[in-house]
Amino acid sequence: MSKYGEKNIKAYGNNFTTMTPGPVAKWMRTCVIFQFFRFIAINIKMLVVVSKSH
Amino acid sequence: MARLVVLGGGVSGHTAATFAAKWLGSAHEVVVVTPNAKWNWIPSNIWVGVGQMTKEDVTFDLAPVYAKAGITYHQAKALGIHPEGNETSDKPYVVIESTKEGSAGETENVEYDYLINATGPKLNFGATPGLGEGSELGEHTVSVCTADHAVHAAHELDKCIEKMKAGERQKILIGTGHGMCTCQGAAFEYIFNIEHEVKKAGVRDMADIKWISNESFLGDFGVGGLHMKAMGFAVSSKIFAESLFAERDVDWIIGAHVNKVESGKIGYELLDGSMGEEEFDFSMLIPPFAGVGLKAINKAGEDITDTMFAPNGFLKVDANYGAGAYENWKASDWPSTYQNPTYGNVFACGIAFAPPHPISKPMSSPNGTPINPTPPRTGMPSGIMGKTVAHSICDRILKGEDAPLHKASMAEMGAACVASAGKGLFSGTAAAMTIYPVVPDFEKYPGTGRDTDYTFGEIGLAGHWIKHILHHLFIWKAKLKTGWTMIPE
Repeated sequence: MSKYGEKNIKAYGNNFTTMTPGPVAKWMRTCVIFQFFRFIAINIKMLVVVSKSH
Repeated sequence: MARLVVLGGGVSGHTAATFAAKWLGSAHEVVVVTPNAKWNWIPSNIWVGVGQMTKEDVTFDLAPVYAKAGITYHQAKALGIHPEGNETSDKPYVVIESTKEGSAGETENVEYDYLINATGPKLNFGATPGLGEGSELGEHTVSVCTADHAVHAAHELDKCIEKMKAGERQKILIGTGHGMCTCQGAAFEYIFNIEHEVKKAGVRDMADIKWISNESFLGDFGVGGLHMKAMGFAVSSKIFAESLFAERDVDWIIGAHVNKVESGKIGYELLDGSMGEEEFDFSMLIPPFAGVGLKAINKAGEDITDTMFAPNGFLKVDANYGAGAYENWKASDWPSTYQNPTYGNVFACGIAFAPPHPISKPMSSPNGTPINPTPPRTGMPSGIMGKTVAHSICDRILKGEDAPLHKASMAEMGAACVASAGKGLFSGTAAAMTIYPVVPDFEKYPGTGRDTDYTFGEIGLAGHWIKHILHHLFIWKAKLKTGWTMIPE
């Protein structure tokens, strides 16, 4: 697997001190099955915040 | 019969007017004064700006919706408030000027018992030389602040992509066009949607994409940044944002006050006092916001604008405007009822209320130029404020003038925010975030200022789905279709 995010890091540049996602983290972001469950989880979290705000 | 006049038909004003009309029924009158013929779901302008939606997808005609709701609708802009009436009458009124085709320029006085100022902002392009004149966008950059601006932006972006396809390298510069801007989130969404579209077009290697903003650190977003629970850590939004910028190969300039815009070039001043220039082929810079310039006149005809409004043109409400230095700021400085302290029947909500101070730490360059984000008052908080103010006014109309006011302080409410990072049913991503509360309360939540049980963020396809669903859900709600009251703000 390619080191997806690492190639953009520039030595001692602006982005040298941050973290970048690895290939698994990147794949999970668009994995439909995993994201379906995240969709439910995020919706629940948002509804809780919405309910606390009204 | 009492009359409630709402100035502005954006998220906050529309929410206030429609709920007030529902709660008051036909026994009382609700009047909306807005210069626009169409309602615009502004968050989706980002997708219009990259050609993934049309203007028609994000707007609809207001007149039939207000006719259905029993709301009197004036397509006009408000010029002034006369909260004490005039020499011949004690009845307060607003002076409005029609913007409707056929009657444009005609003025009229509209009396009120209660007034909600929800005008939103003046897009103050004129604050930066070359960015525009007054509230008009200039010729050098584009904007996504209105649907029409976004259509223009998409057209210019298309030209830029065509040049890249023809082998011409392009510099794309996105961010804020002044040291005192807010709405970094919109620019954040736009830059990543552009990056996504450029990649889709197969010309990512021909684009140098750069961010410029007045934030002192990436991920400030005008709320002083936030800490989100992730992987067992409370992670700063700085890490979160920088990570995304690194991943998408987007460079950045921060702590920048753009002080000049010319054809293909901007000038800026940084927090360290140094000056710089940046060239571009395509640029979208958010303008600073100001009040719309309403005047206030007392019964004797004297100008009392300074009494009712803050110097930036936003309406004073029940905030603590004397908090002073950053070290003295408290969550309780923030307003909760949005009632004007001088005139109890006048309220403000959404961007139109004057915040007590920024949320981000105020900073300035050694030259004395203030460079820090001003506080956001859009989206979910804006809708909640509108509904709260409408609730208070309806209670006072229906139960009597002593009815207690409802409260909704930004220091006690949260917000859900979905920032698109690219559109696509299976390829899109968005940063889904919640923040609680919007204004940090360092006494209640020592350290981060927020409850990290309810402040989180993650990037993924699920966020994109939510953003897309919210687009349809909020337009459904704004059109007052079946079940609209069940959809939260």
